[in-house]
Parts: sequence; C-alpha cells; structure tokens
Amino acid sequence: MLRNKNKLMLGIPYYVWSVIFIVIPLFMVFYYGLTDKTGAFTFENVSAIATYEHSKALWLAVKLSIISTIICFFLAYPLAMILAKYAKGKSSVLVMLFILPMWMNFLLRTMAWQTLLENNGVINTMLSFIGLPRMTMINTPGAIVFGMVYNFLPFMVLPLYNSLEKIDPNMINAARDLGANAFITFFKVTLPLSVPGIISGITMVFVPALTTFVISTLLGGSKILLIGNVIEQEFSQTNNWHLGSGLSIVLMIFIIISMVIQSIADKDGEGSVL
Amino acid sequence: MNKILRRLYMALIVIFMYAPIGTLIVLSFNASKSRAKWGGFTTKWYVSLFKNDAIMEALWNTLAIAGIAAVVSTIVGTLACIAINNMKKKPRMLWMGVTNIPMLNADIVTGISLMLLFIALGIKFGFMSILVAHITFDIPYVILSVMPRMKTLNPSTYEAALDLGASPVNAYFKVVVPDLMPGIVSGFLMAFTMSIDDFVITHFTKGAGVDTLSTKIYSEVKKGIKPEMYALSTLIFITILVLLILVNRTPADEKIKDKAK
Repeated sequence: MLRNKNKLMLGIPYYVWSVIFIVIPLFMVFYYGLTDKTGAFTFENVSAIATYEHSKALWLAVKLSIISTIICFFLAYPLAMILAKYAKGKSSVLVMLFILPMWMNFLLRTMAWQTLLENNGVINTMLSFIGLPRMTMINTPGAIVFGMVYNFLPFMVLPLYNSLEKIDPNMINAARDLGANAFITFFKVTLPLSVPGIISGITMVFVPALTTFVISTLLGGSKILLIGNVIEQEFSQTNNWHLGSGLSIVLMIFIIISMVIQSIADKDGEGSVL
Repeated sequence: MNKILRRLYMALIVIFMYAPIGTLIVLSFNASKSRAKWGGFTTKWYVSLFKNDAIMEALWNTLAIAGIAAVVSTIVGTLACIAINNMKKKPRMLWMGVTNIPMLNADIVTGISLMLLFIALGIKFGFMSILVAHITFDIPYVILSVMPRMKTLNPSTYEAALDLGASPVNAYFKVVVPDLMPGIVSGFLMAFTMSIDDFVITHFTKGAGVDTLSTKIYSEVKKGIKPEMYALSTLIFITILVLLILVNRTPADEKIKDKAK
C-alpha cells in the first residue's frame, strides 16, 4: 500500500522534531542527574533530596499542592454541575467566562493578589473598615495555596464540566424514577460517571501546583521555598545543573505516577481538556 | 431559591477570578507609580506605553514567537495527525505517548531539559531558542485537538474524491482538510494562547537581552512593575474580550442551523 506509506511520511517532520526536542532533552536531564561534574556515574544528585532543606521544600510543595487540589476540586465540582445544567449555547459562553482570565498574563494576575492581600492591601483595608482585625496574609503558605487555587481552578473546572456535560440526563431521570433521592442519585450516578473528569482535573492541578516556583516567589516572599524554587535556583543562580537535574528526576517520579493513574482511569481521553 | 443559590455561587467564583483583573485595570489608571496608593486618575500610562521601547519590543517578541510557533506547530502537528492516524496500534500508542510528554510533564522540567539540550548543541540563547521551545510545547496541543476530528472522519468521502478523479493531494486539500478545519483552528488558537501565556519554559530558554512580556514582567517584579505594563495588559484583555464576543456569535448561529437539519 503505497498510499498508506506516503501518509506515514507526512509525519517525518514531527518524528524528527519530537525525538530531538522532546525525547533527547529528557535523556539529558537523566544524564546530568546521574553524573557528577567529571562525568562519572553517581546517585548523589538524586539522593540529595533527602537532605533537610531539600526534603523540607519537597514536603511543603507536596502538602500545599494537595491542599490546593482538594480546594480546587470542592470549588469546581458544584460550579461544573451548575454550568453543565445550562443549555449548550449558553453554557459555552459561561465556560468562556472562566477561561477568559487566563488571557491576562498570569504573572500580572498573581502580582495583583499581592496588592489585594498585603498588610495594607485592599482586603485588610476592607476588614478594618467593617471593624474586623487585620490579617497577615501575604508571604505565608496560605497565600501560596490561594495563588495555586486561583491559577489552576480553570484546569479543574474544564475537565469536570466536559465529563458532567456528557452525562445523559435520562440516566439521572431514570435513577429518580426508580426511587433514588437526589443525594443517592448524585453518589450512585453522577459522581461515578464523572470519574474520568475528576482524575484528569486532579492531575491538571496537582502537577503544575507541585512544580511551581513562580507562585511561591510572588506570594510567598523569598523565605518560603518549594521544590520548584530549589531546582530553579540550581539552574539560574548556583549553576549546579547536575544537582538541579537530579532533583528534577525526583519530581518526574511524582509526575509519572500521576500520568499512570490518569492513563489507567481515562483510557479514551474523555476527560481531557481539549 | 435553588436558582438564586446557584447564581450566587457562580457570581462568587466570577468575583474571585476577576478581582485581580479588576485590580490591574484600576492600577492602569493610577497616577501614582506605587501599587500601594491611589494617586488620582490618569491615562498617561496609555500614552507613554507606546513610547516605551523595551515594552514594545517585548510585546513584538511575544507576538512574533507565538505567531510563528503557532503556524509551524499547526502544520507539523496536522501532518503528524494524518500519519499517526494511519499507523498500526503499537506505533500509534508510542507516538501519542511522546506527544503527551510535554503536556503532562512539568513546565520546569521541559524548560531545563531544553536548556540542557541547547547548551549541548551550542545553540545561541535568544529569539530562536525561545521559538524552538515554543514550537515543541505547541505541537501536542495541535495534535490533541486535531486527532478527535480525525477519528470521526469518514474515509469514504476521501475515496469518493479519488474515484471521481481527484489526485490524492487534491482530494486531501479539497475534502479532508476542510473536514479537519475546526480541529486545526482550535489547535492553532490553543497553541497561540499557550505561547503567549508561557513564562516558565521561556525563562529557561531565553538569552540575555531578549525578553517576552512574561519574562519582562518577572524581571520587574522585584524593582516594581512599570505602570505601562498594567495599561498594556488592560488593552490586551479588552482586545481578547471583544474578539471572543465576536467569535462566540457565529458558532451559536451555526448550532441552531445544525439542529434545524
């Protein structure tokens, strides 16, 4: 079949591109991560995660990203359900409303929260105006969680909306007709059918939250370091690429675990954002 | 009652999403250079914005990189879709797996991996290195939005065109490509958006002296953001808003027509 062969040839630019710029670079990270400056094999760069400051940064990143993922889920699920209830044309406009903010530079949007959260910021001014005590919000782990939830919420809303929107309303009607109350219908029908969206949403929020260094820099001040900050500093300040790559390998283990979970739970790519 | 609650919930999340955007718009009219205090209403930043060469250059870089990267990745990605779709199961799984790597991998890892590659190859860090990086992370978005269209394609239409005497290339451009168009367009827009919004990968693959808007903003964070930046982002936001309103009108009409069929 010559025709089919020709079609396969159309992919050549992509095969070449992805091998050079996707596959080889990943191997380079492993190469740097598993060698020292002389090029000899070593496991030190990876095991360096166990040192106090590195494991502290990793643990904090894991903790904050899990908290943000949970908050995102509980904020997004009701929202996705509400959006899925609207008629198709109207709901796509409403969904647009939640994607639109992503068009404004995310660094600026996150910066803007500084203005709102600062000790003399807008929220504290409002609090003291109605007689409540001021709160220290900026430069705390809480502010980082806040920034993560703010930045990644759309990534949770979209896959949840996509999978909820696909549920045939007759399924829910059937459950109700067969005597299930709203509560049981939700847990026995709606929730199980939205699992692909849930898994996809969780990975879409958890991975960027776990690996961010921008949000922690902007809202956490310079004292709170996440694993992303540590790696970024190894590359842009300390210039220890071997250590930075070694720590990235540790990070990739987390990513691979969530990739595997996602591919098991979502075989047809139903819950994907696109 | 239920309806009011639902609307209230949506409204609260909309406020949460738009509070910082409102803040930025307000700041763009703030006469004081400091974020912390209000110095009166002014539109002077909107004027000085266009005289600020550094910001204008960063804007130009951002648009040029996003535009070229989106065009290249749309072409390469669409061709790759045709090829991958014709593969047997195993190689197809392999290439889709490769495609998924930049999507699922952390930006920071993608960024440093490309940085290590560019150093190893001796590529100069600058406009080109950013462009290559952007094409790399854009292609998967194109493939993943064209692929679903590809799967729903009816092979008979292509074969009918061949039977009716069209050459294979001609049949592709006249029959298959128009069918794929919605996927190609959304892939292109997705790629363009991701490129415009990217900071992390650009941060690791840019050289000294070349800035996109994102990296420029990041470098200004510590010294204080120039108010012109707020003015620029307000202008961008309003442009997108207007474009979206215009674009959203048309598909709604088509949907009604589809239903009428």
